[in-house]
Amino acid sequence: MAVMVGKGAMTNSIEELAGTDLLLVAGSNTTEAHPVISLRMKRAVRNGAKLIVIDPRKTELTKWATRHLRINIGTDIPLFNALAHVMIREDLFDHEYVENGTEGFSELAKHVESYTPEYASEVCGVPVQDIIDTAREYAAASGKAAICYTLGITEHSCGSHNVQSVANLGMLGGNFGKQNAGVNPLRGQNNVQGASDSGALPTDLPGYQKIERPGVREKFEKAWNSELPKRRGITKITAMDQMLRGKIRAAYIMGENTVVSDPNTNHAQAALEATDFIVVQDIFMTDTAKLADVVLPAGTFAESDGTFANSERRVQRVRAAIKPVGEARTDVDILLDLMNRFGVDQNLETASDVWDEMRSLAPLFTGISYERLDKEGGIQWPCPTEDHPGTPYLHKDEMDSGMPGYFAPVDHIPPAEQTDVEYPLVLTTGRRRSTYHTGTQTGRASGFDLLVPSELAEIHPYDAEQLDLSDGEVITVSSRRGSVEVPVKITDRSPHGTIFMSFAFPELTQTNRLTSDAYDFITETPEFKACAVRIDKIEESRATAD
Amino acid sequence: MTTEVKNKLNVEINGIEVGCGTGSRVLDAIRAAGFDVPTLCFDERSGPQGTCRMCLVNVEVDGQPQQVAACTAFSSEGMKVETHSDSINQYRKTLLELLLSETSSPANCPKCLSFKKCELHSAAEEYDAKWDAFPSLVPREKAPDPNPFIQRDYDYCISCFRCTNVCNDWEQAAAITVKGRGQDNSIASYFQNNLLDSPCTFCGQCINTCPTGALTDKKIVGTTKADNVERTKSICPYCGVGCGIHLLTEDGELKGTEPDFDAPSRGSLCVKGQFASWEFVKSDERLKYPLIKEDGAFRRASWDQALDLIKAKFTTIRDESGSDSLVCWSSARTVTEANYLMQKFARIGIGTNNIDNCSRT
Repeated sequence: MAVMVGKGAMTNSIEELAGTDLLLVAGSNTTEAHPVISLRMKRAVRNGAKLIVIDPRKTELTKWATRHLRINIGTDIPLFNALAHVMIREDLFDHEYVENGTEGFSELAKHVESYTPEYASEVCGVPVQDIIDTAREYAAASGKAAICYTLGITEHSCGSHNVQSVANLGMLGGNFGKQNAGVNPLRGQNNVQGASDSGALPTDLPGYQKIERPGVREKFEKAWNSELPKRRGITKITAMDQMLRGKIRAAYIMGENTVVSDPNTNHAQAALEATDFIVVQDIFMTDTAKLADVVLPAGTFAESDGTFANSERRVQRVRAAIKPVGEARTDVDILLDLMNRFGVDQNLETASDVWDEMRSLAPLFTGISYERLDKEGGIQWPCPTEDHPGTPYLHKDEMDSGMPGYFAPVDHIPPAEQTDVEYPLVLTTGRRRSTYHTGTQTGRASGFDLLVPSELAEIHPYDAEQLDLSDGEVITVSSRRGSVEVPVKITDRSPHGTIFMSFAFPELTQTNRLTSDAYDFITETPEFKACAVRIDKIEESRATAD
Repeated sequence: MTTEVKNKLNVEINGIEVGCGTGSRVLDAIRAAGFDVPTLCFDERSGPQGTCRMCLVNVEVDGQPQQVAACTAFSSEGMKVETHSDSINQYRKTLLELLLSETSSPANCPKCLSFKKCELHSAAEEYDAKWDAFPSLVPREKAPDPNPFIQRDYDYCISCFRCTNVCNDWEQAAAITVKGRGQDNSIASYFQNNLLDSPCTFCGQCINTCPTGALTDKKIVGTTKADNVERTKSICPYCGVGCGIHLLTEDGELKGTEPDFDAPSRGSLCVKGQFASWEFVKSDERLKYPLIKEDGAFRRASWDQALDLIKAKFTTIRDESGSDSLVCWSSARTVTEANYLMQKFARIGIGTNNIDNCSRT
């Protein structure tokens, strides 16, 4: 989304969602992945808003939906292009906004001409009339319509194109720069926003300042009193390939269970094993830490001072309540010590000092001081000066001042791995409410085993019947990359031909041994949402093995 | 949520003038003036009910004396409010004693025995209300519930209905409701099921709105003394919503968490934030000292040994294969400040832009 309208972040505040007239939720199992955001969505519905859910699965949120577009996996672009097609054909788009705030409209109009609702219906498996009605309703709610999306949109090999097709629709509807109207990626992890804000990206210095933009590198060289590398870096996905080819020889991994969370576990493990020297800094002996040469014990959030930035760009203070256990140290303390040993000359001692240096170099956060955070609570960036109140919704002024959003014509790209006779089912992965990510934290809280005791492969009753499966039966799920054993749960939450799994029980079921290592060619986000698999009954697979 | 206040009204609370917006309640004005009254049935998120009558105050409008419930009554221009007259205090004391007669002994109150003094017993202390002033109406119908999170002990229930309102209106889970009428009413899940078999998502909002010991956090009951607990404002460590929490500690030991009602999340939490955000911190499996792998096995090392080894190895590899043969991967789980240091370390400590975070997965 950054390509089109500047920054990849929620344009609205979470609370604003409750005041919308229409919510279009695409590829987001909000009630389970972001329960507290789903409360604001449900409140909007109670206030009379329309809720249109676009998802192949019958998620809990679909019970609240005024319409559920149950699309085939990986067909988001045809759908969004068709919605744009209807809005343009029926002259329902926001003329004023498109003329004053955007560029590239005529190219888009030409591009989506062939994406008729009839064509999209065939590809997406959604009734023609539903597509037309959705476009009309979205257009009617112009200025009060918000789109929310998560990994169901981005975790595809065409993820960045998916996002562009979503943003196209937002611009046609004139839904930028307004309260209660926008395009909102809901961020997954507690500080995924802050990690990117801080410049932990191969192309960006803190505050999304591009390394290759004239003047940026020089500014940081002066402030840090040191020369900066000129060439942009490589992403994690690329690095993993280069590890296997011996080009990356050392890695420093902080707080990430790469082996379990990354696609194609076998590939990730082989990559790390091929690397000469690995440092892992974490709170537990994760599967990734086991592969390390040096393991450093870090402090948890309860032992650390600092900030998290949430999905709505709100910087909030995290405060240490206790001392780190044993000899563990906070991530900040460890890195300050390490940098000192590497001869980095800096006058920093505390998290507060670090934040002050960061905000002095990044105008997006300059006005956010710890003092203000203590007094006012969280503040939403951009916040350029200390008397700036923060920014609840984005693009209010930029659009007015003629900074345009760019329409990006994009085409349908099917998932990289298609089903075939040998692997006839699609595996899609996601989250459940009572487990988190790889389970290193929820797996250690008592009582959670009662809510979801183990991994489950959700499968449609029709498919279960065809395969002669009974509820709870342990089966083998295999892809071209590996196989796992898992109990089945028969439910019509999953559409025909598709099974769903999370990845929170790595000790028993390493779901990511199955997933594809295809990834989006712009952002390099892995295609977790679609890969081809096969289901075998255990007796059969054992018999075959013999 | 604060809404923009356009028209100002002037109200006098116990002789102190305060300004408040049109459409605001008397309770807002009382709190704005720095006073407080007990509000046992009030949770601002589901709006006033006016049923417990504890917030009754004397008001004078245009010279006419009245008594109104501060949570439901609107402020009007020139209104004079008296919050603690002798007769009102005596009235509150009697009302509290009637409520206390519906509950078990304050000495065993599950909430007061966990992390905060419950609202009922705080008010009883303030107004010197006796538990045994009236004949006891306990025990009431029990709701034994084998779930691992929410302790339900309706011998402490005062039928304020904050829990059912929060569950239905705020959380929109509709897991619990009121069963029966009058003195026979009780809080129940539909068809008297256990919570595990109900639509309950274990968000814990009922625990946190409950003004008594009827609903408590099973994991904390009996582990702390309410008076000794210290609170540290922080943020839930799970998803990108960033709900506010308080970390609860006693003598430097982490004992639990509770939602932060002053944060933008307004006290909301889900099952992870409410019940899974602190036990992992205290897990025996935490890494406690640096480890160095030798001949395929880890051995305990000092920080100096570990960090010096990293320096030596990284430097050797950089000299042999160039700085772009090293990568640093930062974390969406830790604080922004650590991420900032990580990218700075990669860029000027090592000399590479090979820095990425896990935002792609």
